[in-house]
Amino acid sequence: MGEIAVRVDDLGKRYRLVQRPPYRTLRDALMSRMTHPLRGLRRGTIEDSSFWALRGASFEVSPGEVVGVVGRNGAGKSTLLKILSRITEPTEGRAEIRGRVGSLLEVGTGFHPELTGRENVYLNGAILGMRKAEIDRRFDEIVAFAEVEKFLETPVKHYSSGMYMRLAFAVAAHLESEILMVDEVLAVGDAQFQRKCLGKMSEVAHAGRTVLFVSHNMKAVRNLCGRALWISGGRLRRSGPTGEVVEEYLRDADMVSGGATLGDRIARLPADPAFRLLDVAVLQDGLATTILRSDLPVLVRVTYDVVQPVRELRVYFDIVDEQDDILIRSFHDEHEELIREIAPGRYTSTATLPANLLANRAYRLVVHAGIYNRRSCTGPGVPVELTVQAAGGINRAYPGDALRAKLQPLIAWQTRTEG
Amino acid sequence: MRGQVSPEPTGREAPVTVVEPASGWRLPDFGELWRYRDLLFFLALRDLQVRYKQTALGAAWAVLQPVFTMLVFSVFFGRLARVPSDGLPYPVFTFAALLPWQLFSYTLTQSGNSLVANERLLTKVYFPRLLIPMSSVVSGLVDFGIAFVVLLGLAAWYRIPPTAAILVLPLLVLFVVITAFAVGLWLSALNVQYRDVRHTLPFLTQLWLFVTPVAYPSSLVPERFRLVYGLNPMAGVVDGFRWALLKGAPAPGPMLLVSVGTVLVLLVGGLFYFRRMERSFADVV
Repeated sequence: MGEIAVRVDDLGKRYRLVQRPPYRTLRDALMSRMTHPLRGLRRGTIEDSSFWALRGASFEVSPGEVVGVVGRNGAGKSTLLKILSRITEPTEGRAEIRGRVGSLLEVGTGFHPELTGRENVYLNGAILGMRKAEIDRRFDEIVAFAEVEKFLETPVKHYSSGMYMRLAFAVAAHLESEILMVDEVLAVGDAQFQRKCLGKMSEVAHAGRTVLFVSHNMKAVRNLCGRALWISGGRLRRSGPTGEVVEEYLRDADMVSGGATLGDRIARLPADPAFRLLDVAVLQDGLATTILRSDLPVLVRVTYDVVQPVRELRVYFDIVDEQDDILIRSFHDEHEELIREIAPGRYTSTATLPANLLANRAYRLVVHAGIYNRRSCTGPGVPVELTVQAAGGINRAYPGDALRAKLQPLIAWQTRTEG
Repeated sequence: MRGQVSPEPTGREAPVTVVEPASGWRLPDFGELWRYRDLLFFLALRDLQVRYKQTALGAAWAVLQPVFTMLVFSVFFGRLARVPSDGLPYPVFTFAALLPWQLFSYTLTQSGNSLVANERLLTKVYFPRLLIPMSSVVSGLVDFGIAFVVLLGLAAWYRIPPTAAILVLPLLVLFVVITAFAVGLWLSALNVQYRDVRHTLPFLTQLWLFVTPVAYPSSLVPERFRLVYGLNPMAGVVDGFRWALLKGAPAPGPMLLVSVGTVLVLLVGGLFYFRRMERSFADVV
């Protein structure tokens, strides 16, 4: 057995950014030629509009190692996995993979709604690279894992989404490959499904298979992976023991463009005779993080000192989009009905943003405090950049449809026929 | 995709995959295609299983289409326009040509649209892309098989016994499939880049029908143009079909050889072109 399972050498992928409608037609090509007769004659226009989704990535993975890949949306994690699973070709560099590769970039790729559970297991297994004999051998195990024994002969379009997910994950999880690449599949499905998948993943990890695991779920990465790669802006930023890399990554997520840390920004606020901001924290699932999942509540915790008795002090935050439009503004005393005097002391105000409210996009949270109709106590406020990853609550069969809205609250719908 | 897997894993030796940018023109990796033969089977099976779901008439469609076309052709071309039919009853004459024609046009349309229709697969999982247009060939063959039984019945009705030439028929069927596949390769790869292909396909098959001797015999074409006419591969093969199935139909001449040559060029060129384009499928589709 070789001592290296995956060797990646200076791998890079460049995409061309062409301003064009979702798909091209010859007519479009002809029209743009007529309206911009000189475009494309000048060299360099193409170079200008290309970007490197990944560049200069080099690392090695030993057999049996379970490696987590972390980074923000668009950092290049998925591109890396797509190149290694040969879905897309690198622009430069080279990778060598020793052993059979199974990749799971999406749950249920190739599932056909009209086919039965049994038919889909075979089809999906073959798509993932299994031979028929191999699927025959693992069939009972797959069905048992998915808990769909009774519905094997039912078309999967009649499955509940939970059954569908379980079956799809089960097929992939039983792939007999030496190397497994998994991209964020745990972001879908309900909590029970995720627990089951995580269990299976750790079983795979302990069975001595090599795993590359992309996830925004830092808890899962911590539990499963011995080592982590942090990809940022298309570059491999850091590689090392999971604990250290994840911690550094989360700390980095608190930074904004100026390079100032949250602590610096708070320290630089103008002094106020009555109010002193001490800390702002964003928490999810018990962890301080600014990389959020859409399907869990988000806590915004503000810690401050009140230095002298004060009336009409309000602590609040805005959630702002990239155009600086305020999408949400919420005050700490919204639920009260009268104005009170606040005694000096240390306070913590915690707001809970409900699950399934934010959309799959970036936001800025700005924390303020002010005295009603008199002054702001925090100058421009304290900004914290947030990234939200969609998870549950949207129909993932229609990718992209959810992206247009600035907020994505889960709205209850009911549809029935009127005869 | 330029990943190369070393030959079948021998013993416990793990296969090594190399991922790197490709250069130049190459042929497909036939060894890899062979290793993925089970997937070809399941993709074809899926197309068959899904094909007539939610239709009232189901597989009867495989028969209805050629039969109704034959009836219309027989009335308008055979009866009213008195198009010659090489001394054969017109309905059998045209039906024997409609079968390979429908196999061709169906396969061409399916394979031409196949990559775009399987977009999700292209962007989420790796396998030899060639399997997708290949699998769309199979369901056309099943339809052909069903309609073929009708043709045999029709020939018996007109008391036209088959000749020994019928043994060549499998070769001719293979030829039709390869022709459709060769053209489909070009169109499917183009379709990924330019969705115009989707709109061109119905139009293309319609025009192609008129330049193929389905409703009329190729003997209508003046002798000196026959070889040029053979550049349309379907012209040679349709003549071949009549000859193989119907006693009394003239044997195809050198025109068929020209057709074979055309298809070989289309096929090899198509394989190279497809392989060249497949690198960017996942990025463009």
